[in-house]
Amino acid sequence: MEALLLSIRLAVCVSAILFVIGLPLAYWLAYSKWRGKFLVESVVALPLVLPPTVLGFYVLVAMGTRGPLGKFWQATFGHGLAFTFSGLVAASVLYSLPFAVQPLAASFESIDRKLLDASAVLGASALRTLRRVILPMSIPGVITALVLSFAHTLGEFGVVLMVGGNLPGATRTVSIDIYDHVQSLEYAEANRMALLLLVFSFVVLSVVYGINRRIARRIWSPWPK
Amino acid sequence: MSSRHLAVQVKLVRRTATPSPFTLDIGLEVPSGITILFGPSGAGKSTLLDCIAGLLRPDAGRIAVGEDALFDSDRRVDLPPQRRRTAYVFQSLALFPNMTVEENVAYGVSNVREQERSVRIGELLQAFRIENLRARNPEEISGGEKQRVALARSLVTLPRVLLLDEPLTGLDSELKASIVGDLRAWNTAQKIPILYVTHSRDEVGALGERVVVLDHGRIVSEGDPHEILAAPRSKRLALAVGFENLVDATVLELRETDGVMRVRLADSASEIEVPLGYAAPNDRVNVAIRAGDILLATQRPAGLSARNILEGKLVSLEQRGGVIVARVEAGVTLTVHVTASAARALELTVGSSIWIVVKTHSCHLVSD
Repeated sequence: MEALLLSIRLAVCVSAILFVIGLPLAYWLAYSKWRGKFLVESVVALPLVLPPTVLGFYVLVAMGTRGPLGKFWQATFGHGLAFTFSGLVAASVLYSLPFAVQPLAASFESIDRKLLDASAVLGASALRTLRRVILPMSIPGVITALVLSFAHTLGEFGVVLMVGGNLPGATRTVSIDIYDHVQSLEYAEANRMALLLLVFSFVVLSVVYGINRRIARRIWSPWPK
Repeated sequence: MSSRHLAVQVKLVRRTATPSPFTLDIGLEVPSGITILFGPSGAGKSTLLDCIAGLLRPDAGRIAVGEDALFDSDRRVDLPPQRRRTAYVFQSLALFPNMTVEENVAYGVSNVREQERSVRIGELLQAFRIENLRARNPEEISGGEKQRVALARSLVTLPRVLLLDEPLTGLDSELKASIVGDLRAWNTAQKIPILYVTHSRDEVGALGERVVVLDHGRIVSEGDPHEILAAPRSKRLALAVGFENLVDATVLELRETDGVMRVRLADSASEIEVPLGYAAPNDRVNVAIRAGDILLATQRPAGLSARNILEGKLVSLEQRGGVIVARVEAGVTLTVHVTASAARALELTVGSSIWIVVKTHSCHLVSD
């Protein structure tokens, strides 16, 4: 149970951080006219194709006592970053980045540019346009981004194992817990946790997609009617 | 001219335009009242409006309202769209779908004091007769109502210039006239310059005090709408304003003293007399003739002042709305419009011989 709660805590933190980071990044990706934009797009999409071990390895190196991130963390907080909950959050943010950025960017891009032009001509700043036009019209994208970051973080395994190890209460997430049980041939225990995760994921996804549909239909529907 | 007129002098080259680079090169003064910006699609009308609104940056030039420069490449002035106080109604209208009609109209005056804001919003809702739609969403109202909302939304900011990019396409002429009437009424007090873009010749005739004709990014003619429609200067323009017959012809002979020249139509033996133009014998010219300016006769006419009488054969007859469209082969195929009653009286039948009559001054020389 401790493992499940830890996983949920991790997923909530990561989704919140990803929303804050992902929003400006997606805005920039959707509206920047810079020609080298595709390079940033590729970097954001990397976690989709990289094996979690590769990503985890580099993150671990960066977080190590001799890595740049590890040194900074040690100097600021007096302890290392690797094999801690904070380190796990940082690694998961990187790993789930495309799941937050891509739905947001796609939904920003799908907004009719004339609406943004109209807003500018009517005197609205970029921030006001974001708040009054872009975000209200991107609610389905925002919800999708939050749900995908949450679900993806909840289910991650490889990166956690590389960066967090297996410390109960700190880095032992539910997927690691299940793996442990299977290794110890405790199939009943493993099944209990696995089933719990399966049901929990399904319920969260259904509730959110259901709300998403209804809101989208009431405000503005991106799906053909 | 009023001190609040709009003065535009812009140059813009778009190298990415297909099939060839597009150059916009315009010098234009817009007084208060409606000025129609007319031209075929691709002429650069919307590009020009985008430059004025600040959505597109010209390579060089100056755009000013009265004394205030919105853009000046020499002085490095380039106000962002937010600070230009130009109102712009797009063809798509771009109403915010997530807001009610009233919220849409209120969008541009959020920084105005509460009391004045509600007064202004009320005035505009009233001026464009949309008070009863306040609480509706844009998707719940009709096309004409949307256009009224878009106008009210852009004018509530008390702009110094109004730019309209084919805002009334798709409306019947009665509804259009009613909306334009409300716009004019509003502008009798404001007296701002209004640039109204259209590619429909009916709108040119009905709306404007002045028309500016654009083609290939340049002004090709400007002045009174009715004169412009009657005598277009270029082939594309002639097609745009609805000249049904465009024939290329070869100049045979100039008669300077009579102010006319004789031309041969296409590769046929048919010769006609057209007004004198800048041309020399053997030059190729384009002759534009309205289908309604050609007469039909079942016998060779005599004793007419019209100089051009050609014998031909009626190849087809077709009823289109109130008119009969006749196609006559007389060396070249010409389209002729006659009324249904005239067609009956002449007992027109396909295949029969027929004479066509065209006045010299119904033949307009147009450039390529």
